[in-house]
Amino acid sequence: MDILRQIAVVLGAVAFLAVCWWAFSPKRRKRFEEDAKLPFADEELSQRSAEAADDKDTEENSAAVNRGDAGSAPADKNKGQDEK
Amino acid sequence: MTTSVVRTGPVPAYDYKIVRQFTIMSVVWGIVGMGVGVLIAAQLAWPALNDLFQPFTHFGRLRPLHTNAVIFAFGGSVLFATSYYVVQRTCQTPLWGGWLVPFTFWGWQVVIVGAAITLPMGLTSAKEYAELQWPLDILIALIWVAYALVFFGTIAKRRTSHIYVANWFFGAYIITIAVLHIINNLAIPYAPFMAYSMFSGTTDAMIQWWYGHNAVGFFLTAAFLGIMYYFVPKQAGRPVYSYQLSIVHFWALISIYVWAGGHHLHYSALPDWTQSLAMIMSVILLAPSWGGMINGIMTLSGAWHKLRTDPTLRFLVVSLSFYGMSTFEGPMMSIKTVNALSHNTDWTVGHVHSGALGWVAMISIGALYHLVPVLFGRKQMYSVKLINAHFWLATVGTVLYIAAMWVNGITQGLMWRAFNADGTLTYSFVESVIASYPGYVVRFIGGGFFLLGMLLMAYNVFRTVTDKENAAREDNIVPHAQTA
Repeated sequence: MDILRQIAVVLGAVAFLAVCWWAFSPKRRKRFEEDAKLPFADEELSQRSAEAADDKDTEENSAAVNRGDAGSAPADKNKGQDEK
Repeated sequence: MTTSVVRTGPVPAYDYKIVRQFTIMSVVWGIVGMGVGVLIAAQLAWPALNDLFQPFTHFGRLRPLHTNAVIFAFGGSVLFATSYYVVQRTCQTPLWGGWLVPFTFWGWQVVIVGAAITLPMGLTSAKEYAELQWPLDILIALIWVAYALVFFGTIAKRRTSHIYVANWFFGAYIITIAVLHIINNLAIPYAPFMAYSMFSGTTDAMIQWWYGHNAVGFFLTAAFLGIMYYFVPKQAGRPVYSYQLSIVHFWALISIYVWAGGHHLHYSALPDWTQSLAMIMSVILLAPSWGGMINGIMTLSGAWHKLRTDPTLRFLVVSLSFYGMSTFEGPMMSIKTVNALSHNTDWTVGHVHSGALGWVAMISIGALYHLVPVLFGRKQMYSVKLINAHFWLATVGTVLYIAAMWVNGITQGLMWRAFNADGTLTYSFVESVIASYPGYVVRFIGGGFFLLGMLLMAYNVFRTVTDKENAAREDNIVPHAQTA
């Protein structure tokens, strides 16, 4: 049993060092800098999606949509409170 | 669900309907769960309140309702909303899954209502944070499998080559919670809402706390770190401080957390080596926890001035400070000699709420204030002043709560272990209860502050969704997107 414990400790330490090496090795640095910018790459699509969600709710143009949507959200809310 | 795109474009629009639904219900369930919390806090200070409608309003029946409502109804709704939102935006593709997507929403609401009915009736498996009985457990398991299919199905059809780090945390949380929930709730039913656990004695206790601590580690930590890695950079307007550190943070956190559960069973019948292992792993856990916290806070370097004007960002950053505090406190309390003083006292309750109010709720609130304007096509929330008021109510409420519980906990621990020269106990138990009374009142006030903040939030969210103008009567609608 003791030899298994020792192997487990060594393997755990090696795994940790391997993750550190993989993450911090200079040749991947550029790549991770690019990956970190991923949350900022889709503003236009997100805005379009919010408009699409409005349109789906009411099937009207977006000016009227905001009112229609206003009707549905509080209804959800009241329902939740009734359930309690 | 996601196919009827009105405007043409290269990519079909994201499914924001499901995110909106979970976002609205987060606010609703937050108020319900915290409201029950304030009620049971009042019951501890003024026991007559147990008798509002006996036996349903007894503390013992409402307490699991409070914990389930805040963790799984409020926290769960926040996590569904944010994970569905983040996975779509960072994979740049709508959700996969068709009818599975609305099934997760409506199924989850049924579970919550089921909990609100069965727990006050006293139908409980008596496992902390896993009190629900087997029919609801099975429904949760089905919803969770659907959740995993939707989440990983969306990742599988992503249009980006890289899987952003927030999704790693969300993915680990979804997989681990499935395993924990199913194994801990294995039971033999003998009546419609009654079952015997398949495990017994010490094994049952160990499995329960392997579940219980990883519910903290993966539901209340890893998943909310996923929120941190998306919403802090977005709200601060700059990428995360070190993406490399976030990778080491992820692997270190998930590989260490699973070992720590035994620290809930110090000085019990659990084998001594298991207790020591849990203690050592809990202390090591400080390193990845603080690594992640530093990564989140340092994301603001060069943008600290934004904290002065942006209360949403302040929610996110102060939540990280509370996260740092409670992940220092936790390892310390897991040391056996400290645990000998703190165990079964209000210190534990204070520690949990330092994490639950300060970290989980505040980062959730920050994320929701970021989300609502985006989802409903608004420039900003209806009233930024109300966000600021909410921030101070939440912060002061949390500090009052945890300070009261520190004082109570240490007082109780010291009174319980005080001996006279002849070996008899210096204090009877009830004397420690009397000594706790002022702390219980302060805790009730702190909780009340926090709940009041949530009510302000509900009003603010309502007005943001319904009004086209903000509180200053300026146009609050985002102009149409420029599409091809």
